[in-house]
Parts: sequence; C-alpha cells; structure tokens
Amino acid sequence: MKALALVASLVTGAILLYGTMDFPAWGDPQSPAATHLATYFIENAVEETHVPNLVTAVLGDYRGYDTMFETVVIYCAGLAVISVLRRSRKP
Amino acid sequence: MKEVRARAEGRKIGESLIIQTAVRILVPFIQIFGLYVIVHGHYSPGGGFQGGVILGASFVLLALAYDLKFSLTHMSERVNLIFGNCGALIFVGTGVLTALFGGLFLDYSALDKLIPLGPIEWRSFGIFIVEVGVGLAVMSIMASLFWDLSSDGELDEGL
Amino acid sequence: MELIVAKYNYWIYVVLMMVGFYAMIGKRNLVKKLIGMNIFQTAIILLFISAGVKHGSKIPIVDKYEALEKGVDVASIVNPLPHVLMLTAIVVGIAVTGVALAILLRIYREYGTLEEDEILEKLGK
Repeated sequence: MKALALVASLVTGAILLYGTMDFPAWGDPQSPAATHLATYFIENAVEETHVPNLVTAVLGDYRGYDTMFETVVIYCAGLAVISVLRRSRKP
Repeated sequence: MKEVRARAEGRKIGESLIIQTAVRILVPFIQIFGLYVIVHGHYSPGGGFQGGVILGASFVLLALAYDLKFSLTHMSERVNLIFGNCGALIFVGTGVLTALFGGLFLDYSALDKLIPLGPIEWRSFGIFIVEVGVGLAVMSIMASLFWDLSSDGELDEGL
Repeated sequence: MELIVAKYNYWIYVVLMMVGFYAMIGKRNLVKKLIGMNIFQTAIILLFISAGVKHGSKIPIVDKYEALEKGVDVASIVNPLPHVLMLTAIVVGIAVTGVALAILLRIYREYGTLEEDEILEKLGK
C-alpha cells in the first residue's frame, strides 16, 4: 500500500514537473500573471481609493465580495468547532 | 523560605513566576500592537487578518502562561462570541448599507450620501470599517478555536 | 540540467507538494494526514507568491502623493494580486485546520484511536 502511494506521488510529481516546462521563468515581468489584471490595479488603485497599500486596496475594495465571504467562512468554522466539540450540559 | 516552597509545590507543572510576570507585562503591549496593525493597514503591511490574529494570540498567550480559566476571566467566551458576531455583522452591514443608499453591494462611494466626505475618501474609509470588522471576527475565532481545541470543548482545563 | 536551474523554484514546490501528497495518501494516522494537507497547502501558497515576483521590484506599498501626481510605474511594483489571494487562502487554511482538528478530537472521543485501520475495524463490526 505504501509502495503504491509512493509510486502515485512520484508519477504525479513527474507530470507536474512536465507541466512546469511552459511556465514563465522566475521574476519575469512579462509573465501572464503580471500583464492582465494586476496592471490595472497597480496603475489605478491609489487614484481610485487613496490607499497607498495596494494589497489592502484590492482586498477591501475590488475584491470585497471575496473578503466578505471569507470572513463568513472563518465565522462558520468557529461555530462548527464549538458545535462539534461541546458536550450537552450534564443534568 | 517555607512559604516559597509551598507555593512552588502548589503550582502546576510548567507554571513559572518569571514567565507569568513577563506575560502579564507583555500582553497589553501585544494588544496595542494588534490594534495598531489593524488601523494602520492602509499605510504599512497589515490589515484586519494580521491584526486580528495578533489580538487572538494575546489571549492564547495568557492561556498558555497561566491556565485556561485565567484567560477566560479576561475575556469570557460570551463576550468573545459577541465580538465575533459584531465583526461579521459590521462587514455584511456595511455592504447592505451601501446597497440601501443606492450603490452596488460593497461599493463604499455610495455612503457619500450619508456623510458627505467625497466618494474617493469614502472608499478609503469603507475599507477601514471593513478591516475593523474582519479584525474583530478573526480575533474572536482564533481565541475560540484555541480554547475549544485545547480543552476538548469543556472550557475547564487547558493544556 | 539547464531546465532545472532556470525553473528551480517550481522544482521546490513540486517536491514539497509531493511530500504532502504522500503523507495524505500513504500514512495511516489521521493527524499525519492533516499535517500532509498543511504541507500541500504551503506548497501552493509558495507557488502563487512566486508568480507575483518581478525582477528588481519593490513591495506593493507606494507613496500616496507621488503616485497621485505622477502615477505608478507598473514594472517597479510586485504583483499585489497573488498576495491578496494567498492572504485569504492562509486564513481559510487555518479555519480548515481548526475544523479538522475538532473532528479528529471527536473521532478520538468516539473510537479511542486515530489509526485509520483500527477505526475501520471498529466500524466493520
């Protein structure tokens, strides 16, 4: 069973490494991740929100929906932990 | 001398006077730093998540240095959960308020009709309100996770 | 060999990810599976953060008044988007770990063990 797991992880790793052949090099300013949407945020975020920290501007304003439901997720996690672990009160 | 030895024997394993005194002095500064990280998130690395985790860690530190009961006297579970509810409510309430004032959901510039500061300043200020909400929720959940997981849900005796 | 040196960062993430993957499917202890999941998640976070790096760029905190007057040079600032995504991913990861630990505690309370085959044995009766 452990040999099977080892083979599976090695094969998956080889496939993933084959996939990285097409990936951009380290620190490439022309990589696809840096050219589409991030350009807009870097150029316009300070002008539109007056927040110098771009991460906060994107987190709180442009991706506010994402952050809101993420707060809901951790809130639900806290409630889940309490309701899974709490025993019913002894009489 | 006898008194000191009696106190040392009555103490549980892992409790030390040096650590307890240091933690007692340190915890207010940790909480001030957590608040600073939350409210200074616009101008430096930081924000609601990071500051909330620091605030929650101060209660975890109290629970580790003393015991679980002691940290619960500083922040009872009831108050803690009220804080968490308020945090989530502040975030969602801000979104609902913007929708009520005629903007899109979470479009803070619509709040300009409530207090005229200018739409761009409101976008900056709206992020601040939302970050405070996130910080409260994260602080409450972090402390609550530690209390419940370390005491197996009993909240009587921790690690 | 040149390929390895040119993209060595991806090799690190793939190795880390496979360590986590092996721990998730090969180990019998549920806590070790959870640790493997956390390692897997760390590899993904590192992959995303490395996607935002640009050569010779600064952190994504700019001078407000300078930026309002002259605008911001895109090439001089790292990509802030992966940072935002991974900030939320880390917090969600903590939430997932918390819930998983709670469920593990409950399993231990119910069956008295965290070994997978022993639990299956007790379930099969």
